[in-house]
Parts: sequence; structure tokens; C-alpha cells
Amino acid sequence: MVDTTINRQELLLKIQELDFFAVELNLFLDTHPTDVQALNDFKYIIETVGQYKKLYENTYGPLLNFGDACVTGNTWSWIAVDYKWPWENV
Amino acid sequence: MWLYQKKLEFPINITNTDPLMAKAIMTQYGGPNGELAASLRYLSQRYTMPNSMGKGLLTDIGTEELAHLEMVATMIYQLTQFADPNEIKGTAYADYYAMWDKGIHPDSSAGSPFTSAYINTMGTDAIADLHEDLAAEQKARATYEYLLQLAVDPAVIAPLSFLRQREVVHFQRFGELLDNLQFDQNMRKDFYVQKPNYKTDSKK
Repeated sequence: MVDTTINRQELLLKIQELDFFAVELNLFLDTHPTDVQALNDFKYIIETVGQYKKLYENTYGPLLNFGDACVTGNTWSWIAVDYKWPWENV
Repeated sequence: MWLYQKKLEFPINITNTDPLMAKAIMTQYGGPNGELAASLRYLSQRYTMPNSMGKGLLTDIGTEELAHLEMVATMIYQLTQFADPNEIKGTAYADYYAMWDKGIHPDSSAGSPFTSAYINTMGTDAIADLHEDLAAEQKARATYEYLLQLAVDPAVIAPLSFLRQREVVHFQRFGELLDNLQFDQNMRKDFYVQKPNYKTDSKK
């Protein structure tokens, strides 16, 4: 289940952790395409991180360039309000 | 096409200014074993890979390298953004500053501009490409180890260690792909361990 009580910093870190898990499984499965445990882990991670990303975007604003969080009312949103770009200090 | 996510693959928050360290790290942005060369190498070689395992792995590792390129740029940006010209004066970063201010430009740490001569794409000879890729991962790992020797700030050491570890993983995955092409796809090439005896052979 998605933990909805965490703050933005923690939520972003959670997404980064889960996405890293997905990247690692992605490369592993490229060369081990029938590994059952890795396939199950991959399916679980993708579903879970999707829920966290949805929560993030609904609460704080855009994370994905094609996400629906980019449109707020009548204005385009580049990035969440008072949030920094990835290369800027937090 | 690619999808962009407005976050780093690994969190970076460097608050201590260090233009000299930025200049050293620059080599992993636009240098011979840097992330730009790595991403372009794999993303260009993938078109002529003989099977889906090859096309898939080169696409996915090439994509991860783009995330690493962003991490390296972030380190350079954060190490220099508040640098005063007086702090820059007398350091090796001054040469770069004179050309680009604090802009992020793909050069090596020694100031050579990025060039596609750092990479090869050998077409149907996927075995030749993969040997280059394996070597590239080893050279990038070694470069991160040299950078780690120079780094003192834990906020710099953490992302450098992460990037070094990824080179190890990529090397492993490329090795598995090489095995697949050699043994499952019958693309094996003979590897001569013995030094040929030219004198004896020429007398025959």
C-alpha cells in the first residue's frame, strides 16, 4: 500500500528508490528474460511506483513531462510550486 | 522517443563550492570515458545488434547513461554555482570559466571538446562493439575511482560511488550479452592465447 503520510522530500526519495529498483530489474531481465522472481518483482515495483508517482503529481505537481499535473487550471506548470529543478540544491 | 522525469536517478545536494573538483568531474561529462560518450555509443550501436536481447540491453543501458549525464552535470553545477571569481582565480577551472562562465559544456577535464571519435559503431560486427562496451565500462569505473581519490566532501563521494557501482553492473550485463551472442547465436570468434611463432611459420 502507498504511504500517504510522508512529506515531499520523503516521497521523492521513495520514488527514486523504487525507480532504481526498476532500472536494476530492467537490465537484469534484459539478459535473464525467464527469471520468475525478477519478473514478479518487476511487475510489483512498476505498479507500486506508479501509485507513488500519481500521489506525488496529485499532491505537488509535475514529475513527468507528459503527466496530467502539467496543466493546473488555465496555466501550464513546468514544475511543482516552490520545488527546485533536479540539478538545483534542495 | 524518451520520457523525461523531473528528478535525478540518485539524490545530489552539494553545498560546498569546489571549482577544482568540478573541473575534474567534467571529464565524466564530455571526456573520452564520460557519460555522453557512453550514451551515444550504446544508443548508436543498438540499431545493428543481431537480436532483441542486444537491441534491448543497449537501449536500456544507453538510456540509463543519459540519467548519469544529468547527475554529472548536477555535480558540476552545484560545485560551481556560487563560486566567486576570486575563488576561481589560480585554479585549473579558470581556463574553463574564461570560455563558458559557469555554463555546462561537454569537455574533458583537460579541456578537450567532446568528439564522436571517442566512440565506434561497427555495424554487423556486434562482437567487436561489445568488446568496446566492456572496455568502456571498465575505463569509466577506473575514472570514477580516480575521481573518488580526489574527492573529500561526502556529498560528492556518495553520487560518485553510485556511478562507479553502475559501471560494474553494466559491465556484468554486457558480459552476459557477449556470452549470449557467442554461444547462443553462434557468433563466437577464436581467441588465440598463444603468441604465434613468426620465425618458425615463415620457414614452412
